[in-house]
Amino acid sequence: MLLEYAAIALFIIVATAIGFIAIGLGNFFGPRSSTEIKAMPYESGMDPIGPGTRRLPVRFYLIAVLFILFDIEVVFFLPWAIVFRQLGWFGLVEMFIFIIILLVGYFYAWKKGALEWE
Amino acid sequence: MNSMLILFIILSLAAVLSALGLLLSRSAVYAALFLVLNFACVAIFYLLLGAPFIALTQITVYAGAIMVLFLFVIMLLGAEKLPKSQSLPWQRPLAIGLAVVLLFEAGFLLFQRLHLTATLAQPEAQINSVDAIRTLGLTLFNQYLLPFEITSILLLVAMVGAIVLTKQEKGAAG
Amino acid sequence: MTQTDLLTLLPNILLVTWACILLLVDLFIPQRRKGMIALLAVFGLAVVMGIVLAQAGREMTAFNGMIVVDGFSVFLSVLFLATGILGIAIAYGYLKRMGIERGEYYTLMLFSISGMLLMAQAADLIVIFLGLELLSIPLYVLAAWARPRLESEEAGLKYFLLGAFATGFVVYGIAMTFGATGSTRLSEIVARVAGGEAVTTLLLIGAALLLVGFGFKVAAVPFHMWTPDVYQGAPTSVTGFMAVGAKAAGFAALLRIFVSAFPSLSVDLVPVLWGLAAVTMIGGNLIAIAQTDIKRMLAYSSIAHAGYILMAFVPYGNPKVAHDSVASALFYLVAYAITSFGAWAMVIALEKAEGKGLEINDYAGLGRKHPAMAAAMTVFMLSLTGIPPTLGLIGKLYLFRSVVEGGFIGLAIIGVLTSLISAYYYLRVVVVMYMRDGDPQVTSESWLNLTIGAAALATVVLSFVPAALFTLASDAVLKLF
Repeated sequence: MLLEYAAIALFIIVATAIGFIAIGLGNFFGPRSSTEIKAMPYESGMDPIGPGTRRLPVRFYLIAVLFILFDIEVVFFLPWAIVFRQLGWFGLVEMFIFIIILLVGYFYAWKKGALEWE
Repeated sequence: MNSMLILFIILSLAAVLSALGLLLSRSAVYAALFLVLNFACVAIFYLLLGAPFIALTQITVYAGAIMVLFLFVIMLLGAEKLPKSQSLPWQRPLAIGLAVVLLFEAGFLLFQRLHLTATLAQPEAQINSVDAIRTLGLTLFNQYLLPFEITSILLLVAMVGAIVLTKQEKGAAG
Repeated sequence: MTQTDLLTLLPNILLVTWACILLLVDLFIPQRRKGMIALLAVFGLAVVMGIVLAQAGREMTAFNGMIVVDGFSVFLSVLFLATGILGIAIAYGYLKRMGIERGEYYTLMLFSISGMLLMAQAADLIVIFLGLELLSIPLYVLAAWARPRLESEEAGLKYFLLGAFATGFVVYGIAMTFGATGSTRLSEIVARVAGGEAVTTLLLIGAALLLVGFGFKVAAVPFHMWTPDVYQGAPTSVTGFMAVGAKAAGFAALLRIFVSAFPSLSVDLVPVLWGLAAVTMIGGNLIAIAQTDIKRMLAYSSIAHAGYILMAFVPYGNPKVAHDSVASALFYLVAYAITSFGAWAMVIALEKAEGKGLEINDYAGLGRKHPAMAAAMTVFMLSLTGIPPTLGLIGKLYLFRSVVEGGFIGLAIIGVLTSLISAYYYLRVVVVMYMRDGDPQVTSESWLNLTIGAAALATVVLSFVPAALFTLASDAVLKLF
């Protein structure tokens, strides 16, 4: 039954509630007077030119892709961790091969400097 | 069972509303955040269907890693704000037509299978979530051992590809 | 997992291990000497080919029947490994010349080839899917290899997006098939269908989706839109490898799936396959006429040839001709592979940096300045058209024969007529080479020349002894049914 997950649900509810309370209290008690000049981004006292956002460098993409790949790797660990006693040595060797192959990738990424921020 | 039904209806509403929010928001970042909410709803649907592992994967891989990639790519392209309507003239009628077809199809299947759902219902009642993952693990690591290992090679190739395509070679002419 | 499992999969295991080792070795090799990786990769491919040949004549299954080694898989594995060796041979000098040589090029090729091998050996839809991905992902990267050249980036992106889309169709087809039969094992599917346990409608939808997905991969009309742009934009050495390897692997999977899992659907699928083959032959050949760029022209030519091979699928449910028609498809794949590699190698020989030397008009005067090169190109063009004395003609004869024997005379007529149309644009290249004056600049590079020479020689010589090759192909498909 879903009751097993009640603790997680409670956790989510409390976390959301704290978020709302924090922002709501600030809104409720804090004085507010918004003018157009006040809402303008501060740029050393100058009038801002062009859009406020700027494009991120492509490095972020590489980090995100590497994160996904290792994340998928972790997903495979979970069922393995649950059954690895039943699988015995066989399961250990299996996961060992899996990790070795990914370690090749990890080593490659490292040597290529893909994990550095330059 | 009644509480389940209420939970399901609330969740469905949340899922549909977050999907609408994804489609209607002008800012790509907000749309991505709505997508996260939608993924979370779908994950709970998986729990309701008695597939805890899929639910977990949905959260870690989709709502976690893939959304991070989405957000990064949105900011990478500088595409936070969408330009105002640039839809093709025939896009709207076509979309409505296809939606009607889909609705009809879903309705047909639902009514056709109504007598079947009664027997198929509540799979979550029989399966304890750890047992479900255990069954999955045993199948994956025994019967599907080869696909599992090939997956690791796929991940390796994807990693090499991503690095090759984004990393500037030092001193190379490329 | 037993020792037999490992022995059966040994070629693949070795290839992947070797690719991993080369990936690491490459990190320690200075930029000037990246050619070493190419030689090591060729060495690995040759060793693996030896092992595959040693497996020939045996019948093995492994990993709970997910992997099958039989004549079919051995025949195609040898074709894929040879494709790899030739692919490296044409890339070796080209990458250096274009300034895009990096060790990962060869490593990714090895991974791609191991995906092809998997597709030839797979007897389970999930393994076929993984093989398809292992084949495709390195190719997406290779298509964008000449980054930051815009055309190459465009090619990589287009190939990736449409390829991923096609993979979606394949996965959906697998899901439908699984839903219909409750198994992804090809032998199980056939057994369930025979036992009347399958949902026929779902199975048909699944087969159609698989056909669409692989139709993308082999570039059949109307799923061919990506082909000209990708073939043109990708570095030519990648295009050559892709045009032969990816197409052959797609057909390998299609043949395996349809012949061994869906024989019961043949009646329903015949009109679909008929139409697909006809449209592909007509579309590919007609659009090729309008091309002035040699890479685009060859791209449409490769689409047209997918149509010819698809012809062999039409009678696959007819037990009397199915065997011969599948064998002729394999034969045609080999003929196409040899000829097409030769033609792409010629394109590389004339290509200069910045995408110059790719117009058909740039071939003017080749007949006078480089008679040997022009002769080789003539052989390739004749073979692609199907004019004697070349392998292309023999391949077409075998194909048309099995189609006619299957009772599809209309399709055979379309095939002959479109071949006649294709003569127009293939022979135009020959005319330009010999009849017009020009100053073509050819890069002479030993590996490239060797490939061109060997391909031209094989195209002519094998056409005199086609029976030997056809017997090989015929033996290869013996166990498929």
